[in-house]
Amino acid sequence: MVLNWFLFLAAVLFCTGVYGVLARKNGVLVLMSVELILNAVNLNLVAFGAFNQTVTGQIFALFVIAIAAAEVGVGLAIVLLIYRNRQSVDLTGIDALKG
Amino acid sequence: MLDHAWIIPLIPVVSFFLILFFGKRFPSKGASIGCVALGICFALSLVLGAQWIGRDKTIEPLHHATAQQVRAAESGRASSAQGGEAGGEKVEMKRAPVVHETTWFQTGGIKIKAGVLIDGLSVALLVVVSTISLLVHIFSTEYLRDDRRKTHYFAALSLFTSGMFILVTSSNTLQMIFGWELMGLCSFMLIGHWWEDKNNSNAALKAFFTTRTGDIGLLVGISMLFGLAHNTFDIGRINSLAMSGRLDQGLLTVAAAALLLAVIGKSAQFPLHTWLPDAMAGPTPVSALIHAATMVVAGVFLISRLYGVFWQGFHIGTANGFTPVAIVGGVTIIIAAALAFVQSDIKKVLAYSTVSQLGYMVMALGVGGWTAAVFHLFTHAFFKACLFLGAGSVAHSGSHHSFDMKEDMGGLKKHMPITYATFVIASLALAGIIPFAGFWSKDEILVSAHANGYNTFLWVGLVGALMTAAYMTRCIYLTFHGEARGAAAHHHPHESPLPITGPLVFLAVLSVVAGFVQAPMLHIEAFANIVEPAYVSSVVNHSGFNGGLALAGLIAAFAGIGIAGGYYFRNLGPRGLTSRNGAARAGYTFLVNKYYLDDIYTDGVVGSIKGPIARAAYWINQNVIDGVLNGAAALAIMLGRFTYDIVDQRIVDGAVNGLGLSAEAGGGALRTVQTGKVQQYAAILFGALIVFAVALWRFAK
Repeated sequence: MVLNWFLFLAAVLFCTGVYGVLARKNGVLVLMSVELILNAVNLNLVAFGAFNQTVTGQIFALFVIAIAAAEVGVGLAIVLLIYRNRQSVDLTGIDALKG
Repeated sequence: MLDHAWIIPLIPVVSFFLILFFGKRFPSKGASIGCVALGICFALSLVLGAQWIGRDKTIEPLHHATAQQVRAAESGRASSAQGGEAGGEKVEMKRAPVVHETTWFQTGGIKIKAGVLIDGLSVALLVVVSTISLLVHIFSTEYLRDDRRKTHYFAALSLFTSGMFILVTSSNTLQMIFGWELMGLCSFMLIGHWWEDKNNSNAALKAFFTTRTGDIGLLVGISMLFGLAHNTFDIGRINSLAMSGRLDQGLLTVAAAALLLAVIGKSAQFPLHTWLPDAMAGPTPVSALIHAATMVVAGVFLISRLYGVFWQGFHIGTANGFTPVAIVGGVTIIIAAALAFVQSDIKKVLAYSTVSQLGYMVMALGVGGWTAAVFHLFTHAFFKACLFLGAGSVAHSGSHHSFDMKEDMGGLKKHMPITYATFVIASLALAGIIPFAGFWSKDEILVSAHANGYNTFLWVGLVGALMTAAYMTRCIYLTFHGEARGAAAHHHPHESPLPITGPLVFLAVLSVVAGFVQAPMLHIEAFANIVEPAYVSSVVNHSGFNGGLALAGLIAAFAGIGIAGGYYFRNLGPRGLTSRNGAARAGYTFLVNKYYLDDIYTDGVVGSIKGPIARAAYWINQNVIDGVLNGAAALAIMLGRFTYDIVDQRIVDGAVNGLGLSAEAGGGALRTVQTGKVQQYAAILFGALIVFAVALWRFAK
């Protein structure tokens, strides 16, 4: 099995996710990009697990998926409330915590 | 009881606290607690005495390692000093003292013990003190029945008794100081019991300060003995070492002299006797207990207890007819007896009589008559307490609280038969008439003085006996005979109730019988047998009977009674001598003014302190001490200014302000980072992550 391909794919996914988190203005897309980052990590975990002939990677990936689900639930709820308050999900205007 | 004698001093202490805290709730205001406590003490003391008498005699009473050497040294000395009588092979059987000690505290490797020493001397004193104290308690229930501070009175009486118990049972000198000072304090409280009258509180202060003057000697003496005896306060050890002759003779003499000063203060010896007559300002039962029977004999007790120190320090065994102790006692006998003639206050007559009799005891100790002194202490306590309580009875029921014989008494004989009878019996005992108690003890003193070669003091004793008999005759005449004057005539004198007459009768009986415990004439020597000197017995020999001296003493006493009786009862002799004869008047004035001793003390000692010394102290105060103070204050102000301006304003405040400013500036700088934009935070997060990743990659190897 060739590990590099998996790692390469995961890196591409990760970079895409980072770009999405930092650059997109739409809240929903930022959340989706976060999912991309998480799944890139999952891919790494599973790949290394398979490469090393252990199940640890897979179990860890399962945990990450469960946490990601919860995170998306909370995140989408926040985005929904922001939309209700401001009729928009544009993140550039949301700086109420400015110091 | 011998092993648990510590209970006896403890009982009055407990009683003191009970009376102090709960006395007011009792209908008797605490008097009953005191009486019960002293009753128990009395019973226990009698049991203790019986057990002591029943204790087996052993050959070797000294309990120390060096006992053998000590005894050898002692007997060698004794045989050289007193000829063949106390020879080297003298091995006398006697009772060993019972000593129980526990460590009081420990400091610098020296264990300070607290304990109880029971020997014949302490047993005798315990019996005397508890007897007199019990009777005085009973007497006081009537005498101070409606007193406003009755509770405090009885509390102090209990505490005083415990002080005396502690003194006589203590096994070390440090503990003796404790009891000694406790008595001084209680004496102060009781003399000043009616402190609303300025005279009374002055008398209390005088008594306290005068005895305090002597206490300096006590502290010095005991400290010196502590050092001399190789860091011990133990009485047995101090006596043994002193008797062994291995201590520095000069230092021992100085220590004995210091202790003699304490005795002069406490036992009211010349020239510090002036406090005792003034102490009569206290309630009469107090005078009977404290200033006749117990506290003032503490000094005599101190000499008897540490007799080894005095014996060696003053060479009592080898002196040629004079020792400082005997001189102090002898002078006191005569000058106090002379003063008793010019008093018009019945209690002051008795007070000077006490001073004089204490002089007898001290003199007896000074001439080597240890047993005689303790025996006189024993008998004197009974008849002098009887006389004082009799005087109290007269004042209580006969003369309307006046003690002035010339103004408010006279002719009380028919109104107060019991008081009169007991007073006369006690007076006969005091005068030394056979067969009353005083005869036997005074005779013992005279015999000792004669046997040990102190013939000067034999004459002093005889003259004192004559004077004693004479002034007591005068006192009885003025109080009970002649025509009633003043309060005795106008206030319906009557006999006192039972709580007063009871103790009087009891003491009068004792005044008769107490002497028979030591009557060499009748071959009874029980007292010398029971109350044997515990640590110095090898040098103290008992002197037996001398018919000629007994006769001389009796002649002196009868002569005194005859002269005074002739003058007062039969109206013989010159009248108004003091108004006709200049020399007699001068002598009278001299006596009335108490040899001007009080004036010397007030003007000479106190005045010199109040005058120049006070002025000098004031000058020093104003110029030196105030200067130092002002300088210190100015310096303090300067320092304060400096501290405020430089340290506080600049350094401390600067540091605080600087901290605040830097925090503010830091916050201002950091707030620009806080944009509120989540994506910028995320960018910083990833940037940091990259930095860490690079660092990990570069340096982790």
